[in-house]
Amino acid sequence: MVQRPKKRESAAPQAPVALDDRGLALSTLLGSALDDVDVQIDAAVDEVVVVLSPDDLLAVCRIARESDDLDFNYLRCVSVVDYEERLEVNYHLFSLAKRHKMVIKTSVSPEAPNVPTVTGVWRAADWFEREGHDLFGVVFIGHPDLAPLLLYEGFEGFPGRKSFPFHDYDEW
Amino acid sequence: MIESTKEPGLDSLDLMINMGPQHPSTHGVFRLVIGVDGERIVRAEPHIGYLHRGSEKLCEAEDYAQIVTLFDRMDYIANLNSELGYALAVEKLMALEIPERAEYIRVILCELNRIASHMLFYGVYGLDVGAMTPVLYGFRERERIQALFESVTGARMMHNYIRIGGVKEDLPDDFDARMKALVSQLELGIEECDRLLTDNEMFLARTKGIGSIGPTDAIDFGVTGPSLRASGVAEDVRISEPYGLYDRFDFGIPVGTNGDCWDRYYVRVEEMRQSLVIIEQAMAQMEPGPIMAKVRRITRPPKGEVYMRTESPRGDLGVFIVSDGSDRPYRLKVRAPSFANLQGLKHMLRDAYVADAVVILGSIDIVLGEVDR
Repeated sequence: MVQRPKKRESAAPQAPVALDDRGLALSTLLGSALDDVDVQIDAAVDEVVVVLSPDDLLAVCRIARESDDLDFNYLRCVSVVDYEERLEVNYHLFSLAKRHKMVIKTSVSPEAPNVPTVTGVWRAADWFEREGHDLFGVVFIGHPDLAPLLLYEGFEGFPGRKSFPFHDYDEW
Repeated sequence: MIESTKEPGLDSLDLMINMGPQHPSTHGVFRLVIGVDGERIVRAEPHIGYLHRGSEKLCEAEDYAQIVTLFDRMDYIANLNSELGYALAVEKLMALEIPERAEYIRVILCELNRIASHMLFYGVYGLDVGAMTPVLYGFRERERIQALFESVTGARMMHNYIRIGGVKEDLPDDFDARMKALVSQLELGIEECDRLLTDNEMFLARTKGIGSIGPTDAIDFGVTGPSLRASGVAEDVRISEPYGLYDRFDFGIPVGTNGDCWDRYYVRVEEMRQSLVIIEQAMAQMEPGPIMAKVRRITRPPKGEVYMRTESPRGDLGVFIVSDGSDRPYRLKVRAPSFANLQGLKHMLRDAYVADAVVILGSIDIVLGEVDR
C-alpha cells in the first residue's frame, strides 16, 4: 500500500490590520483616557481592541460610556469565545455620535468564569450576557436574572464550549 | 408610570396572561408572559429559545462555503441579506476584492429582499391590528419578488446564492426586462398598500402613540434598523459604514419622530420606496463582467478576528468570526438584529393596554429564526 504523504501543516498567515483614520484617532485617544488602568491597546483587522482583566472591566466600560470623547453609547454585541484554557468575553462597542468602534476583551478561566455584568452601563447587555451564561457558563456577577434564555430549564452542560460533544450527544 | 387603579386597602389579584409559544400573532414560536392590572400591562417577560438549533455551534463544524446555507435559515424572511452579512465578513477577513457585477447583483437582490421582507411585515401587521385585506396585497407584491428570485437563484426561499467571492450564477437573460416590469409594478403596489392602510382611521387609532420608545432608550437597549429610525435616529449601516457599493447610490433614510408603532410601520413603507430608488440606480450602472473573484476551492481565511455589520431589513446584523487559519471558523457569533430589538419590547409594553400587546410586538418585526439561532 502506498503511503500517502502527510499533509503539510501550513502556518496560516495572520489577517492584516488596516485601521482607518477614526480607528487611529481612537487608539491615541484611548491611550490618554485609559491612562491609569492596566490595559493593552491593540488592533484586529479594522477595529481597535482593548485587552484588560475582568477586574478593570466595569471601570473601563463606564469610562467608555460616559467620557465625552469616547461616547460609546451603543453596545453592539457581547460574545464569548472558548479557547479551552480560557474563556474570552468580547464587547463590541460603537459610538453613534463619534462613529468609532472598538472591542473590549477580557479573559477568565473556565473553572471560575466570573465577569462583572455591564447591564448597568448598557441595558442591551442583558440578553447577550444571559446567552453567554447559557451556552458558555460565564457567570456575569451582578446580572439581575441569569435564567436560561435559549436553552430550557434544567439543561445540563454548556453547549457552546468546545468540550461539549458535537454528534454523540443523547438528549433523551 | 400611571397610577394604580387598585382601591386602597383592597388587594386585587395580579392576573398573568400567557401568550404563545403557539400563538399566531407571535410570528413564530415566541412566548410572552404578561401581568396585568385591570387592562394595563404591569409586567412583561418575553421567553425565547423555542427555535434554538445551535446554529453558531453548527458553523464550527462546517466549512466556510457550507455555512451560507445555515445563514439562509437564520433570517428566513430576508435570506439574501442574511447570506450577504456572512459572505462580507469572510471577505473582509480575507481582504478579497469582489467583481463589480457581483456587487451590483448583490445590491439589487438584497434590496429586493428588503422590499419582500417589508411587504410581509406590512401584510401581517395588518392582520395584527385586525385588518384582513392588507395581507392579500402585501403577499401579492412579495410573490412577484419571490418569482423573480426563483428565476435567478432557483429557490424561493433558501437561495444559497451568495458565495464567498461573488455569487453563484449570473443573472438570467431576461432579467433586465423582468426587472423593469417588476420595478414599475412594485411602485404601484407600494403606493396601493400605502393608500390602503397608512391613513386608515382605525389603523391610526390602534398604532399612533402606542408602544413608543425614545431615541436614548432605543440605543441603550440595542434596538436597530427601522425600529430605531422610527425613534428619530438616522442610523443606517448602509450610510454610516458603507459596505459593498452602497456609497455609490443616492438614497434617503426615512426617519420617524415619535418612535411609536405607526412610525415603525411607516418607516418601513418609506424604506421600500428608497430600496426601489437604489435598485433603479444599480440597474442603470450595472455592466457585464465576471461574477466570481478568483478564490480557491476551499476557503481558508487568515488567522484573525473580524466583526462585520450590514443593514438587514430588521437592523444591524453583525457577524463575528474567529478564524484559526483552517477551513472552518473557530467561532462564529451572529448578532441578530431581532434578538436585540426584542430587548426593547419590555420597555415598549410598559403601561400599554393588554389589547395593544400584539400590535406592539408586531411592530418590531421579529424573525424567530434569527432570534433563537
